[in-house]
Amino acid sequence: MTSHPAIEFSGVSKMYSRSADRKLLRSHVEGWFGRKLRDPFYALRGVSFTLDHCQSVAVLGANGAGKSTLLSLVAGLSEPDEGTVRVNGRVAALLELGSGFHPDLTGIENVKLNASLLGLSRRRTEELLPHIVDFSGIAEFIHQPLRTYSSGMIMRLGFSVAVNVDPDILILDEVFAVGDQAFQARCHEKIIEFKKAGKTMLCVSHASATLHQLCDRALWLDHGQLVMDGPVDDVIAIYEGRVPR
Amino acid sequence: MAHSFSATWSGDYRFLLTNLLLKDFRVRYRNMSLGFGWSVASPLVMMAVLTFIFTWIFPTGQPHFPAFVLCGLVPFNFFATSWVMGTVSLVGNAHLIKRTRFPREIIPVSTVLANCIHFAIQIALLLALVLLSGFSPSRNWLWIPVVAGFELVFVCGLAVMFSALDVYVRDMHYIVESANTVLFWMVPIFYSFTIIPERFHELYRFNPVAAVVMAFRNVLLDGRAPADTLLWRLAFVSSLTFGIGLLVFRGLKRRFYDYL
Repeated sequence: MTSHPAIEFSGVSKMYSRSADRKLLRSHVEGWFGRKLRDPFYALRGVSFTLDHCQSVAVLGANGAGKSTLLSLVAGLSEPDEGTVRVNGRVAALLELGSGFHPDLTGIENVKLNASLLGLSRRRTEELLPHIVDFSGIAEFIHQPLRTYSSGMIMRLGFSVAVNVDPDILILDEVFAVGDQAFQARCHEKIIEFKKAGKTMLCVSHASATLHQLCDRALWLDHGQLVMDGPVDDVIAIYEGRVPR
Repeated sequence: MAHSFSATWSGDYRFLLTNLLLKDFRVRYRNMSLGFGWSVASPLVMMAVLTFIFTWIFPTGQPHFPAFVLCGLVPFNFFATSWVMGTVSLVGNAHLIKRTRFPREIIPVSTVLANCIHFAIQIALLLALVLLSGFSPSRNWLWIPVVAGFELVFVCGLAVMFSALDVYVRDMHYIVESANTVLFWMVPIFYSFTIIPERFHELYRFNPVAAVVMAFRNVLLDGRAPADTLLWRLAFVSSLTFGIGLLVFRGLKRRFYDYL
């Protein structure tokens, strides 16, 4: 496993059609007959980088710079239009709040469903369940439907599932915004443990203090292009405009 | 253009399927007072209405009309409901598809399988009514699960295919609902196959839903096994539909994330 990089992007582009009529029949028929996307818009353009195991990397950029698109490619949820994406290892992604939780199911039911979607067996899930519940600190609410949870609680449960299923690569998209101080401290602890275990982490956040603390490297995306790749402190300093480029 | 993952999804299909089925039940029934009662009530209401119409308004002279019409309603209901629910299943589960990587085919299939419990309850209801109408059980009844199994394969194929199309063209479920309305008349539900003029027989021969209805009547009301040709045709069309459904799904699933 160590012989291959954890994540390898080479010349990756991802396009979306800008036209609003893409759901109309005509544009599909044109698509099936090989016509090009109309008015294409590059969410990512020619992005290349390599991530080794045990690196934790911050992804920086303004809204719409392509951060979420990049994470969805790493998570294997979408496919690139150009270039290659190689991922070595099992990925757990915490994309936005609630990562596929259903509001009508209880905490426990959601955890089980999520674990099975991530590919865990029944036995492994039963083993991990107490740890997940314990780490989340949801306590008696775990048997209540998720719609009764606060956004902080949903995030805690989601994070707890993602870190406890023992992934090789962990993706965190803006998850630190809602947790309280105490839980954030626990997350940080867990993530540092994670790094020590040789895992890879990709992290999107607008809180630079968090990124300074958790990541050692940063990728800066701007309009779908990778404009800077380097040590986290340097990239953040330039990104925030404190040091001229 | 390539995407290579060292770890392909190699999870526990049974556990995943169980959890998806449980989710369907919980989401559907937790806030309902009558719960499974609906799967008994709705075909009975329909049966009563059709029996009233075709006994007193347009008398058909069909003996045991309630059992006769229920033989049509039960397989048709399962088919129509599963097809519609399967079609909207991917869009309805977009929150899962956009956040976790797992075999997407399992979503429409589990939605159809969740409907099987209603199908089973309704078949039990049908058998009870058949017994009440004075028929006695026979070995031929063993054909019921076989024929129902073919119908399941057929509707799974349609659900897989149309759920993928629905991601791209969201009006797909109106198309499916209209098709179901047409099928209600084009499947011999409240009339018998024998009254259909010869020249229209071909229209019915390759329709698996019609075949299932006819097989149910052969077994339960005529007391004989379904014809071999009917069974072969049913098996062939069902497997073919399932195969085509999977192929269409495979072809379309690449861009699910972008369109959901």
